[in-house]
Formats: sequence, C-alpha cells, structure tokens
Amino acid sequence: MTDSLLSVRDFSVVYDVDPPVQAVKNVTIDIRRGEIVGLAGESGSGKTTLAYGVQRLLKPPAVITSGSVVFHDATGDDVDLHALDAEQMRRFRWDKVSMVFQGAMNALNPVATIGAQLDDVFRVHRPRMSRAQRRAEVDDLLEIVKVGGQRRRSYPHELSGGMRQRVMIAMALALRPQLMVMDEPTTALDVLVQREILKQISQLRHEFGFSVVFITHDLPLLLEISDRIAIMREGEIVELADSERIWTDPQHEYTRDLLRSFPRLTGERGVVVR
Amino acid sequence: MTTLEFSNVTKIYNVRGSGQIKALDDVSFTLRSHQTIGLVGQSGSGKSTIAKILTQLETPTRGEVLLDGAPIPRGGKGLRRYRQQLRMVFQDPFASLNPSHSIRHHIERPLRLDRVVPRDQVDAEVRRLLERVRLDPDAVMDRRPHELSGGQRQRVAIARALASRPALLVADEPVSMLDVSIRLGVLNLLADLQREEGLGVLYITHDLATARHFSDEIMVLNQGRVVESGPADDVILRPRDPYTRELRAASPDPEEFFRARAAQTTGGAR
Repeated sequence: MTDSLLSVRDFSVVYDVDPPVQAVKNVTIDIRRGEIVGLAGESGSGKTTLAYGVQRLLKPPAVITSGSVVFHDATGDDVDLHALDAEQMRRFRWDKVSMVFQGAMNALNPVATIGAQLDDVFRVHRPRMSRAQRRAEVDDLLEIVKVGGQRRRSYPHELSGGMRQRVMIAMALALRPQLMVMDEPTTALDVLVQREILKQISQLRHEFGFSVVFITHDLPLLLEISDRIAIMREGEIVELADSERIWTDPQHEYTRDLLRSFPRLTGERGVVVR
Repeated sequence: MTTLEFSNVTKIYNVRGSGQIKALDDVSFTLRSHQTIGLVGQSGSGKSTIAKILTQLETPTRGEVLLDGAPIPRGGKGLRRYRQQLRMVFQDPFASLNPSHSIRHHIERPLRLDRVVPRDQVDAEVRRLLERVRLDPDAVMDRRPHELSGGQRQRVAIARALASRPALLVADEPVSMLDVSIRLGVLNLLADLQREEGLGVLYITHDLATARHFSDEIMVLNQGRVVESGPADDVILRPRDPYTRELRAASPDPEEFFRARAAQTTGGAR
C-alpha cells in the first residue's frame, strides 16, 4: 500500500518573537499508509516543530503562517486538519494520530498507576465502553507491548525506563491510530533496550498497519528502521528519499555532512584522527 | 609516565529493600599516560561506579586504586595532588558549569588552587587554555555559560580539566549530549589534546562506534564484570564474548545492515 495518509503542503511555522524565527519553511511531504518516515536533523532544525505543527499542538508564540494538512482517513474521508474546531480536533487527536513524546518515560503521571492512565484514554475517547471492556483492553495493550497485564497496578517509578517507554507506546497504540508520531522515543535508553523497542515498533506496525513518523538526530538508527528519510535543516526538508538511497547516494551536501559526522561501527578507521 | 592501577576492585551498595547490589565485581585494569581506554557497557553495568571510585566520590568495598604504585590518600594535600593528576569531563555541559560565574572564573579556579602558574600569569594561562580548545579567549572569557552553545561549553569544561595539567582524564560520555554535527569535532579535539599532552584517557560511553575510533583499547563491562578487553578493533570487529556480540548487534550499523539486505534480496531472487 503506497497511498497517501497525510498530505502536508507548503507548511510554514514562525515563532513570533523578536526577531521572528522561521522554524519551518514551506514544507511539503506525504506520509504513506503503513510506512515509517524518519525525520532527521539537528536541534533547532525544525523537526519537532513540524511534527507538532501539523497536529496543531503548538502554542504561541508559534504561528502557522501558511500551508495545509489533509488527513486521508481509512474511512475514505479527507479531513482538513486546519478546518477542525477545538472539539473536533480533540477527538481527532489520539484517535487517528497519536504521539510518543520526547522524554516520554518521564511524561507519565507519577501518582497514578499505569493501568489507570491507560484506562483514562478509553474513558475520554470511548465513553461508551464498560469498565470491564476497558479493563480487558488495558490488559491486552500491556500484553502487546510485553509489559504484562499484571503490571497494571504498578506506578511509573516501579518500572524501568524501557518499561515506561513501552507503556507510552501502549498508550499511543490504544485507539489503533493510523499514524504514530514518535519524537526521540529511544534516545534516553541504552542500546540493548533501544533495539528491543525498535523491533517491537516494527512488529506492531506490521500487525496493525499504522504509519510512523520517527523523529531523531540519530541517523544510523533511522537508516535501519525507516522506509524513507527526510533530512531537515533550518526549517526546510533538504532531501527526502528511500533510506537506502540516502545511504548509498545522498544528493544534498548537508546529508553527506550529516552521514560523515557518525563514525562507522565497522567501517574504516581514521574518522577520529589518532 | 603516570600509571593508574585499578586493582581487584569490588563495590557493593547496600540498597534499602533490595539488599546488596554488587556494582563492580573484581575489576582490574591499568591506565597509563599516552593511552586511551574505551569503557563500554549498558546502563547499570558499572561504568559510572568506576568513574566515581576514580574520582574518590566512592571508595571500593574491596581492592584498591593505586597511582604510581601508591594508594590514594583519603584526604588532605595528598588527595588534592591526586585530583590534580586525574581530572574529569562530565556528560552534561549544561550542568557541569556554574551558571553564575564567568568562563574566566571556571578556568582560573583550578589554576589558582593548584598554583599551576604564578599569579601574574594566570590571565595569560586562561587565554592559552581557551585557545588550546579552539575558543577565542576575547569572545568567551567574560561570558557566562548560558551565553555559549553546548559544544562551546564542553570545550570550556575540557579546558578546565586541562588547567591543572593532569596526566589522566576520565571522560564520561563527553559528547553524547552534544549536537551530532559537532560531536566528531569535540571528539577529535580530545584526541588531539590526548596525543599532544600525552594524556591517559578513560573514555566512558555506550556508543561502540565512537569507542572504537577513539580508543587504543576497549573494555566491556557487564553487570560489574569485565567480560572482554583488548585492542579496540579486535573487541568490536571480532568480539569473542557473547555479551559483546549482543552489544554490537544492537548498535546501529547501516553499512552491515544494507549489505545484509542486499544479500537477502539477491538470495530471494534466485
């Protein structure tokens, strides 16, 4: 399936401070159904602003100055995200597009059990579900992300960083969204835990068929997990291509610079002059 | 030539509720000037406990640390002399500099405390050190840390560590908080300084790729034990221990990834 799920056209965001900062400049990109798109770039390149902006999650002084975002729902409807009112937008978020936030491990409420926090998602978005149904869904989700239903009563501090991150993924998965936006979801984890979580994201994607926008500065990681990669710099996408193409035949000088700034695990020596 | 010996060190923490945790289990290694050792392992493997013991923030439960054959004094002038010989560069350049002091102050402090140069030469020495880490003294000396970028701050932290003219440096994830495009620059700066000043560097990281390129030798730590050590390329390219292999398999390696994928596609077409 290669049809488009999200069409972003000529999208721009300005931080209206003095002097104004053009954080995202005329970005056009299509996210296809079921694909993983990597968004790479340095701090300040606008990758997070772009991802938040298309979902209208930005607060002043951020202002969307141009562009359109259209979500092609699986039901066949095209939803213009910028035309939705606040209530429609609230319902749309999480149901169709969910997020795993940067530093998500610390985004859980420390004084509520993880079961209660997952339960909340259903109470708000699926008000007609019975308590027993919700409970079954929560258990099911915790099993899917391999935390285990018995952990329902645990508080976040009783879980390791990797487990908390899985809980966040469970939460993002709860309503079976069509798109999941993941902002540096594994950056704080060590390599072994990171690898497990990436495997899991990839499996879930195959199982449930959602698309993923994966934001990180870690280009080697992105190359392995993404179908396509968009390289961002100073608010613009300077290159967008299949990840293999980015690796073997980068077109933009900046992409080449970025690739060069990662020493190769098994490649030639001499990257660090010794 | 300075030699630091970490000799059969075991560190046990008493944790309320969970009994005793063995953070280090009979760890031994030797760090000499002119030599770089990469210390790798996942979170909780004991890397930071080694750094804490080296900086005397913790004391070993068993075993000892010897500098040129002599145990490290517990306090007083002896401990200060030890700390002048071994300096630390921390992970977070946003937290390791004092926000209320100028850059000049940060570098002057060790110069004055360790009486590295006569008083009237302190200013010239601060300038020399900043130039050493490729910062423009006039541009940064009178600034506060928040006015500098992450990379500039980490350079200041390195200049501060070098101020006392140590023989050994412990760098705990010195580039992992920096932006990708400047990481290599800072790592190369460290490598240059290491070579030119003949420093012995213990490079602590979870990033196998930079560990390999930066270090002469690599030591792999798992659950407080050294499971493998040797020349960097041997450990990373031809790992023998199952845990080292696991770490290597988990580390992103696009080169290997696309090679394997290409092999799979041609295999499938047959």
